[in-house]
Amino acid sequence: MELYNLSITELKNKLSSGEVTAGEINNAFQKRINEVEDEVGSFLSLTDCKEEKNDNECLSNIPVAIKDNMSLKNEETTCGSKILKGYKPPYNATVVNKLKDAGANILGKTNMDEFAMGSSTEKSAFQKTKNPWDLTRVPGGSSGGSAAAVAAGEVPAALGSDTGGSIRQPAAFCGVVGLKPTYGLVSRYGLVAFASSLDQIGPFTRNVEDSALMMNVISGHDPKDSTSVQQETSDYTDFLNEDVSGMKIGIPKEYFSLDIDEEVENNIRKAIEKLKDAGAVVEEVDLLSAEYSLAAYYIIAPAEASSNLARYDGVRYGLRSDKDNNIETMFKNTRSEGFGNEVKRRILLGTYSLSSGYYDDFYLKAQKVRTLVKEDFERVFEDYDLLISPTTPTTAFELDSEQTPLEMYHQDIFTVPMNIAGLPAISIPSGFDSKGLPIGLQLIGPHFGEGKLLQAGYTLEQIMDLDLRPDNLEV
Amino acid sequence: MTKEISKKEVEKICDLSNLEVDDKEKNKFTEELGDILDYIEKLNQLDTSGVKPTAYPVKLRNVLRKDNVEESIEKEEVLKNAPDKVEDQFKVPPIMNEED
Repeated sequence: MELYNLSITELKNKLSSGEVTAGEINNAFQKRINEVEDEVGSFLSLTDCKEEKNDNECLSNIPVAIKDNMSLKNEETTCGSKILKGYKPPYNATVVNKLKDAGANILGKTNMDEFAMGSSTEKSAFQKTKNPWDLTRVPGGSSGGSAAAVAAGEVPAALGSDTGGSIRQPAAFCGVVGLKPTYGLVSRYGLVAFASSLDQIGPFTRNVEDSALMMNVISGHDPKDSTSVQQETSDYTDFLNEDVSGMKIGIPKEYFSLDIDEEVENNIRKAIEKLKDAGAVVEEVDLLSAEYSLAAYYIIAPAEASSNLARYDGVRYGLRSDKDNNIETMFKNTRSEGFGNEVKRRILLGTYSLSSGYYDDFYLKAQKVRTLVKEDFERVFEDYDLLISPTTPTTAFELDSEQTPLEMYHQDIFTVPMNIAGLPAISIPSGFDSKGLPIGLQLIGPHFGEGKLLQAGYTLEQIMDLDLRPDNLEV
Repeated sequence: MTKEISKKEVEKICDLSNLEVDDKEKNKFTEELGDILDYIEKLNQLDTSGVKPTAYPVKLRNVLRKDNVEESIEKEEVLKNAPDKVEDQFKVPPIMNEED
């Protein structure tokens, strides 16, 4: 098998046995990027990282990619926006330092919807990324570049960020594993903020074992992020030794009553049967409709975004409008030229719901609903270890599909509630539809329940034993 | 809670957000924001009387640290990204017009 098709774990084994060298690994992935990048378009920028290390850290000489909203010192970090074109951060995000300390080689920055606002990566100001399984379809978003890069074998792992599903939905569309950790488990220092109470960084990998490895590297308290939790971190690979026998898994009835593609639903129901066969106790549970979370999300996320994006004013970095300006018109022209329509729409929505006279009706109401959603999950997790659902209502849709904002927002119906409640969730590939497109299954855990997610995900992965190499990218 | 959003309100929030939007976009945004606000109306189906708001999903405490001087990023490094600068300061267009 080609090196670019291997997982981190397999690459590590080959490195430690001396079967391959660090240089050979680097060359294999660089070559793969050269071969497929024109077609897939995962990357916004590539570094010229060719470091070869002799140490034996967790990710020594493993190529990785990071989403373009994570600060990489002296490398362009655009967030997929014209307003940050040319911006080179003078520091590294904490996750970047952690990857480097673990020996990883960061090969590039991946494409994304502008400021992570979107579900298809088509809202990037720079380029469209294609789904490696079908180049006429989207990779999902907003971390579509990271998902596509892993699926296409350009890197064995990548980081993304998830505010309402932006790791899990593209993972599902691209047939890779995507984990959104508990809020606060991974430092957000150096992550360009979208919605600060919802954003969380997590890994894309080819399998569950690699996801555990990546979590070992990126999780942990960071004094530079005041929302980072003081939590003892585990060796997440320990959880892979146990299976699901005796595990209690809930099926949220209300989620399955929503509009789901029939093939997706049948696939998830089959996977549930497999979990039962493996010894899990799976039962239906009552949960607040995901529609309420989605409605609350579209108040909270834009409100926080409108505040976070106020910093783009053309003064200190990024774009400055070159019209003949005074300072007032400079702010306005810079922002109007620099932001795309989806970003503008959300800033306007957020400004509206925070503005005088509407605050109580919108923002405060949404925060109260957030309490209800959170308590509802807490109630269910008293009796269940995990919950299970599809990651997305459909498989990957076509590029340039006509969608209203509300239709697009519904892509996130199964993923948003976990951001509202700060819960960890993982999307793992669970098969294909009749078009050959990957289907993603979501497992949801209580706060800091990553171990159980990985444990159940690993069991399912072993049972299903899918071939997850897209075959239309062979060169 | 929701009331229909008017074009005038969209103009007001454009102003508050420091965004200039042309007339065609304004009409489109007015319609789209209206649809989204309509959807958000769903929240009124839930009784939230007596419910405390949640700002962050996990319990957070105030974080304090000792007031020690630590290494920070060099001025020149920070100014590298500035669209315009004078010596070690950011330069901006005039704040007051000549006639002011």
